[in-house]
Amino acid sequence: MSKPIEHDYIGLSEQQLPSMEKSSDKKDGLHLKDTELRLGLPGSESPEREDHDQNVLSLKSFVSGAKRGFSDALDGGGNWVFSGGSGGGTEGLFSPRRGGKNNGGKDLSGSDSGSVLKDGAARKPSVVQEKKPQVAATSSHGNGNIVPASKAQVVGWPPIRSFRKNTMASHPPKNDDGDGKAEAKLGSGCLYVKVSMDGAPYLRKVDLKIYGSYKELSSALEKMFSCFTIGQCGSHGVSGGDGLSESRLIDLLHGSEYVLTYEDKDGDWMLVGDVPWEMFTDSCKRLRIMKSTEAIGLAPRAMEKCKNRT
Amino acid sequence: MEPSELKRSKDSPNSDESTRRSSFPDEVLERVLSLLKSHRDRSSVSLVCKDWYNAERWSRTHVFIGNCYSVSPEIVARRFPKIRSVTLKGKPRFSDFNLVPENWGADIHAWLVVFAAKYPFLEELRLKRMAISDESLEFLAVSFPNFKALSLLSCDGFSTNGLAAIATHCKNLTELDIQENGIDDKGGSWLSCFPESFTSLEVLNFANLSSDINFDALERLVGRCKSMRVLKLNRSVSLEQLQRLLVNAPQLAELGTGSFSEELTFRQYVELESALSNCQNMHTLYGLWDAKGIYLPALYPVCTHLTFLNLSYAALRSDELAKLLAHCPRLKRLWVLDTVEDKGLEAVGLNCPLLEELRVFPADPFDEEIIHGVTEAGFVAVSFGCPRLHYVLYFCRQMTNAAVATIVQNCPDFTHFRLCIMNPGQPDYITNEPMDEAFGAVVKTCTKLQRLSVSGRLTDLTFEYIGRYAKNLETLSVAFAGSSDWGMQCVMGGCSKLRKLEIRDCPFGNAALLSGLEKYESMRSLWMSACNVTMNGCRLLAREMPRLNVEVMKEDGSDDSQADKVYVYRSIAGPRRDAPPSVLTL
Repeated sequence: MSKPIEHDYIGLSEQQLPSMEKSSDKKDGLHLKDTELRLGLPGSESPEREDHDQNVLSLKSFVSGAKRGFSDALDGGGNWVFSGGSGGGTEGLFSPRRGGKNNGGKDLSGSDSGSVLKDGAARKPSVVQEKKPQVAATSSHGNGNIVPASKAQVVGWPPIRSFRKNTMASHPPKNDDGDGKAEAKLGSGCLYVKVSMDGAPYLRKVDLKIYGSYKELSSALEKMFSCFTIGQCGSHGVSGGDGLSESRLIDLLHGSEYVLTYEDKDGDWMLVGDVPWEMFTDSCKRLRIMKSTEAIGLAPRAMEKCKNRT
Repeated sequence: MEPSELKRSKDSPNSDESTRRSSFPDEVLERVLSLLKSHRDRSSVSLVCKDWYNAERWSRTHVFIGNCYSVSPEIVARRFPKIRSVTLKGKPRFSDFNLVPENWGADIHAWLVVFAAKYPFLEELRLKRMAISDESLEFLAVSFPNFKALSLLSCDGFSTNGLAAIATHCKNLTELDIQENGIDDKGGSWLSCFPESFTSLEVLNFANLSSDINFDALERLVGRCKSMRVLKLNRSVSLEQLQRLLVNAPQLAELGTGSFSEELTFRQYVELESALSNCQNMHTLYGLWDAKGIYLPALYPVCTHLTFLNLSYAALRSDELAKLLAHCPRLKRLWVLDTVEDKGLEAVGLNCPLLEELRVFPADPFDEEIIHGVTEAGFVAVSFGCPRLHYVLYFCRQMTNAAVATIVQNCPDFTHFRLCIMNPGQPDYITNEPMDEAFGAVVKTCTKLQRLSVSGRLTDLTFEYIGRYAKNLETLSVAFAGSSDWGMQCVMGGCSKLRKLEIRDCPFGNAALLSGLEKYESMRSLWMSACNVTMNGCRLLAREMPRLNVEVMKEDGSDDSQADKVYVYRSIAGPRRDAPPSVLTL
């Protein structure tokens, strides 16, 4: 979990900073103290950050009362190390190791300083999100940005329209083929999951979206795997007809020989049929037709889990 | 053509007012002026003299209002009696990025009420960043019997019920273009509301919506609208369904596919390819959601005559893009995701010599652990291969001054240069210097530059350059940049053609704000958020310039003296009355 320095948006990397003791319950707080601790300037001790999720530069605290405090903190000198791009090396975006004067951070070039702070107004950090105080993005100036921790975001930055953001978020453009885990392909109209059967030489794939109920799924599976189950039917005394009847595999499945199980989103193996169909298709990642002898202990867990879910 | 020249050529030196008027009747003048399409030309024309002002206002059929609060609907209706087409823009652009409070305003309804009374023959309405409710859409649908074209871009406040009203009542509809809106998608049944007798649709874009539509209804609709030339589907339409649509609509000029990722049998693939190859008029391709590389070859027959390819929702790899682009020699506009990486952009440079516009969007803008995406190398590669490039939007995680200098040397004709180095305030990653020289090179070399977005670590020097060289600049976006008021002062003093300035998170204060006092009336608007402007500064501005609306948006818990977000715009309608409590008009 060690994050490279450049990912520390605020410039406070894990390696450099001791952990923040009071960073719990930051979300609503006007924790001036905490924020002052965090805002170290060149020369002073860098504040800590407990963990990324809680890296809250309680923006509200900035905006409401800590403006002066903030600029004081700026003057106090500390260790602003702002991360550069991820592709680059570890050079800081802004590593003012100079003696802290008017380090609004602007004067990277070393030219006349402090005109920023002479404005009279404190270097006001920008509020990240009015409604979500735990996300902190304070930036007063281009160079001396107080950039929040890697997981927190500046509101409206990078400037991407909501439509695109939401679209990319719900359908992340990553190739998850072949990693073995998420076999459910998130196409718009299909939900392919692998079906394996114990003893069968190869797997099949079914599109769960085309079935409306467990019964339909069962019959489809039966048709798919009939060639494999015929050989297994011996002990049941198959009573004629042309091949397996529709109920045969269901019998096999729900009877003694096989059970139909599935792996859900949490990675647990559950018995098919316990939860409503929609819930099943939402959470099913793969199917396995399992020998019932191996399925002992599965059912009770399934029920518990179902209860916990609802 | 110079209006004054036209006037002079018709005059004899000795004619007086009356002979002049009789030799050039108003009807003729109106007829001539009706041929003018550009609204800027029309504005110039209307300033020549009173006759021309009147002739122009009677002949104008389309009105463009860049800021809905700069004027009132009554004023518009009084001046232009014969409008058939209206384009309106509402909220400040930063509302796209959630910087503007939700109930800020820009509601279309008051406009519709006036239009219903004054322009009953209104045909077209194009809205950008406006708030529009279902009630307004229903009102629109029933109030204008000739209504033909509705385009909503980046709007919000409505649901698919409003679309159903449009589909149901607008018998003459030719265009329904729903793009990137905050729409409440209640299901796809709206599309089934087009009556079976309805055949006039030419443009249909519902890519914005996510829910399933009734495909049979869509298929029948497309089948009977023989003039359809633009069809942009949503993600719920499968490849197989796309093929069925294309078979009935080979005349399409612009296609937005649905999802491009289902599994096809070989026969289905062949049929799709065949359907696409029949579309000889197709010049624009969108969508391609979740495109799988293996199906892209189906597009090859269409690629040869494509001029605009929008792959910004398809996470292609560099090799996949390269293979595709090898078939797209005529491409002028290309939008991609940065999953194609620098290698993919090299392929752009190699295959698309006619390229004029490139947009590279980030696939994972908020994940800072990503070390992929594009770098300066990709941009440079494109610039070597595409000398006609004049519009670029480029999201990257690293950039150098030297690279930008090379780029503009290769492509000096930039009109729109929007560079977004995603980590705010990041310097040149090789030299660790500010990116001042990069943008300096841009403004010095690209004399035609109209729009500029800057990023990276920038001092006031960047703005000195901009003020000194960017004489044609009209739109400037600044974020996390600058050192002091001087930066903004340079811009306000130097960029004579500036119309829109939007600034966030910069150290510009009251002195900077007030340096533009004389300038704001010639601009459309100014936005400043998270800067150092105070309420007093804003009050001063408002007092000195009564024809400006100075609006301040306060945030919860902020200091009373700080002006968190400031929006300044010229207006002849006076301060607006529909502002929510969080917006103060000074």
